[in-house]
Amino acid sequence: MRNQLPLIIVFATGLLVIVTFFIPHEPFGSLEQRFLVWYSIVAGFTMLLGLDSLVRYHLIKIRDRRSGWGYSLVLLSGLFVTLILGFYSWARYQSPFKLGSPFMYLYSYVIIPLQATMFALLAFFIASAAYRAFRARTTAATLLLVSAVLVMLGRVPLGGWLWQKIVSLIDLLPGTNLSGLKGLEVFARISDWIMDVPQTAAKRGIYIGIVLGGIAMSLRIILGIERSYTSGS
Amino acid sequence: MIVNIIGTWIAAGLTIAILSFLYKDNPLYKFAEHLYVGVSAGFGVIYVWAFDLKPMLIDRFIENQGVERWILLVPAVLGLLMLSRWFGKIGYLSRLPLAFTVGIGAGLGITASIQGFLLPQIQATLLPLTTINNIILVVGVITTILYFYFSRDFKGPFKYLLELGIIFIMVSFGASFGYTVMARISLLIGRIFFLLSDWLRII
Repeated sequence: MRNQLPLIIVFATGLLVIVTFFIPHEPFGSLEQRFLVWYSIVAGFTMLLGLDSLVRYHLIKIRDRRSGWGYSLVLLSGLFVTLILGFYSWARYQSPFKLGSPFMYLYSYVIIPLQATMFALLAFFIASAAYRAFRARTTAATLLLVSAVLVMLGRVPLGGWLWQKIVSLIDLLPGTNLSGLKGLEVFARISDWIMDVPQTAAKRGIYIGIVLGGIAMSLRIILGIERSYTSGS
Repeated sequence: MIVNIIGTWIAAGLTIAILSFLYKDNPLYKFAEHLYVGVSAGFGVIYVWAFDLKPMLIDRFIENQGVERWILLVPAVLGLLMLSRWFGKIGYLSRLPLAFTVGIGAGLGITASIQGFLLPQIQATLLPLTTINNIILVVGVITTILYFYFSRDFKGPFKYLLELGIIFIMVSFGASFGYTVMARISLLIGRIFFLLSDWLRII
């Protein structure tokens, strides 16, 4: 029964969600919405599991004085200070997310700078990855390089400046007058076209494939063919 | 205000600590990295409590009457069963709420993804082939899907369709890459601007 009950619950809830879609009347009408709320509540409890795992791991590291235990202390201090400030702001300001509360102070001056800088750091690693990926050794790599460069040029002032220089250079040839083309922002237009047409086409194809795969997997789960979620615990 | 000045100094210190990783992995970076994980986890807990558990469970349980009130015990019990993993012997009970969430996810994976994504995307692709852009879009979608169709080995003239698919995929990946680079660079500019403007007040 331990193994059968989860399969029955998956089958029943999965089927009910599908039925509510096709029968939008009571008692099924509001069931999907109700299930979504329940889903959020259950998912909320899983946060406690994650928190327990994080705290337990770092407490053991501190207790055993393992290498880098001082950083674990920093992590736990950060965690508990955030929690204390969050609940204090709640008690004092009725919401931790009220502007001017200590919790929002922590958010503005600690979380945002850390998060933004962490992602900004990726710019450097992307540049190094680009060097490896963009070397035009094959047709595919060349296409990758050309489209990436065009999209980047189209989104920075350098692109406009470069186009004006190109037009000025061509104008130097005898008998040519392309000065009217200077304001065309060609790189921006090419960039927009790449994003709107070929990029959209490939992205749409990939997403359609993902959704079809997701539907097949959902059916396998509901019918009990896919049972990997029952392992563990 | 002095509080804001202190906050700016803290933010600047943490920004520099993270950027110091560009030199090499060092204690300053590790300090900021661990602090980031800690405060983010704390923020996550407060966020889930404020926008999930409290309004959806606690507040509704207090406000609602009759069946609407007591039926909330179902997700509450399911949530508590999730915590049974803490107790070895009854840990298997956590499979029940897990099965519930998997079931809902699987159900929505069929209905919501068909209605909300698959059909609109197919509808947007069914275009009159009257312009070059429409032709490129339709051909691009079809050849990209064909490229990921692994159940059959394409030979002869069909393989050219796959090559066309690769062209679209590469252009798309390149464009996405360029777009991502621009987003990251813009974030970096934001952080440098913060250091030079808000902190050092040079610009």
